[in-house]
Amino acid sequence: MGWSRKDLVAIRDLDAAEIVMILDTAASLQEIAGRDIKKVPALRGKTVVNLFYEASTRTRTSFEIAGKWLSADVVNFSAGGSSTAKGESFIDTARNIAAMSPDVVVVRHSSSGAAALLARTLDCAVVNAGDGAHEHPTQALLDLLTVRERKGHLDGLSVAIVGDVAHSRVARSNIHGMRKLGLSVTVAGPPTLIPPFVQELGVKVAYRLEDAIRDVDVIMMLRLQHERMTGGLIPSLREYSRTWGLTLDRLRAHARPDVLIMHPGPVNRGIELSPEVADGPYSVILDQVAKGVAVRMAVLYLLGGSKGGDQA
Amino acid sequence: MSTRPPRLREKAQVLDEAALDRALTRIAHEILERNQGAKDLTFIGLRTRGITLAQRLAAKIAAIDGTTAPVGTLDITLYRDDLDMRGAPVVRGTDIPFSIKNKTVVLVDDVLYTGRTIRAALDALIDLGRPRMIQLAILIDRGHRELPIRPDYIGKNLPTARRETVAVRLREHDGEDRVVIEEPEEA
Repeated sequence: MGWSRKDLVAIRDLDAAEIVMILDTAASLQEIAGRDIKKVPALRGKTVVNLFYEASTRTRTSFEIAGKWLSADVVNFSAGGSSTAKGESFIDTARNIAAMSPDVVVVRHSSSGAAALLARTLDCAVVNAGDGAHEHPTQALLDLLTVRERKGHLDGLSVAIVGDVAHSRVARSNIHGMRKLGLSVTVAGPPTLIPPFVQELGVKVAYRLEDAIRDVDVIMMLRLQHERMTGGLIPSLREYSRTWGLTLDRLRAHARPDVLIMHPGPVNRGIELSPEVADGPYSVILDQVAKGVAVRMAVLYLLGGSKGGDQA
Repeated sequence: MSTRPPRLREKAQVLDEAALDRALTRIAHEILERNQGAKDLTFIGLRTRGITLAQRLAAKIAAIDGTTAPVGTLDITLYRDDLDMRGAPVVRGTDIPFSIKNKTVVLVDDVLYTGRTIRAALDALIDLGRPRMIQLAILIDRGHRELPIRPDYIGKNLPTARRETVAVRLREHDGEDRVVIEEPEEA
């Protein structure tokens, strides 16, 4: 079975076999990172445009490195210092970029649905690198790959996703991906940051950190997204940290000794995660970043390489 | 969009189990003769059956010479020249857990046909380091080369028509050691 989608907009759209195919491809491509010459010619002559309307270090750099290791030409477009500042609309900018014949457009935008809109509008492949509070599919894929390599399998594992679930596209993509691959998921956080009806996605809800992290294989701490909060959702950062921050004492008291601690970054040190935990032996945060390049290579390869499937 | 490949029927047997083993034994001796022993020798097999053949050659050389040469696996998918025509084929990964720098690499594959796979393999290998020499060992050379590529060690030269297929069946994958020519069943 080959890859047949034009775009990667949401994990929700994929079936389990498609997710596994991306993970397997990424696992095979990881070896490139250890080479002296980190370049293979698979996407030679293809153009990847990074269209980023929102701040990003990890994701943009990761896509850029992934594209370059596959020999694609990678162009970065960021909203500051571009025609967006002069008032050009999203679709107009995208159409202009499309007129330059890219093969893949990677888009990040603060509006949920921006990636789907772009995928409908453009003929080239579109990869969602995060759209509002909707999805961030490559983050979920790299999280799944990290867990699969650390634990040896995915099916039957249990995961706690803790913190600002309501604003988190990372949580949403992970919930869809994990449910499809047979993991059980508990979300936890202050009631104001847990989306209503989240149980309909097949997850359990906990309102105490201790309850959420007991007996799980993986704890995924989310970043408190101050920039998306209009106020009033939490009493104060200090209060949030005291109730929901993961410290070494809490971890040792309530979690299993072989638990994995994950965080999509950037970490608010001392708020959701204490530094001893972020840098400690349970943490696989930097491993996640390394896997990010492999997953993005896999996505660019599958989407960029499958164009032109029209001739036999 | 999927055009089903035509059904194939066996036209003739080219090598049986004993002949296949004898061909590999002869190649192992030729490799030792040409390289004056097995010093600095490494084997790299091309997915999938080339790997098995590389392991068997390394085992034969160990039995003859007492030297264990390392065996690696090369996946040339990312180096293909037909990626655009085929869509994205499955990448299964390269696994060469030793340095090939300044080594003599014997590249092993089951069938040599157009030479395009070997072209891709040479590019892939050279991206991994600078071997002192690369030699090519092939079980079946069926002709129809499209590139200036020539094997150093050949199990059997086999003139074929393009419409025919050469199937190398190995115990580890197919439950038997045998090489056959197949042709499409007439419509």
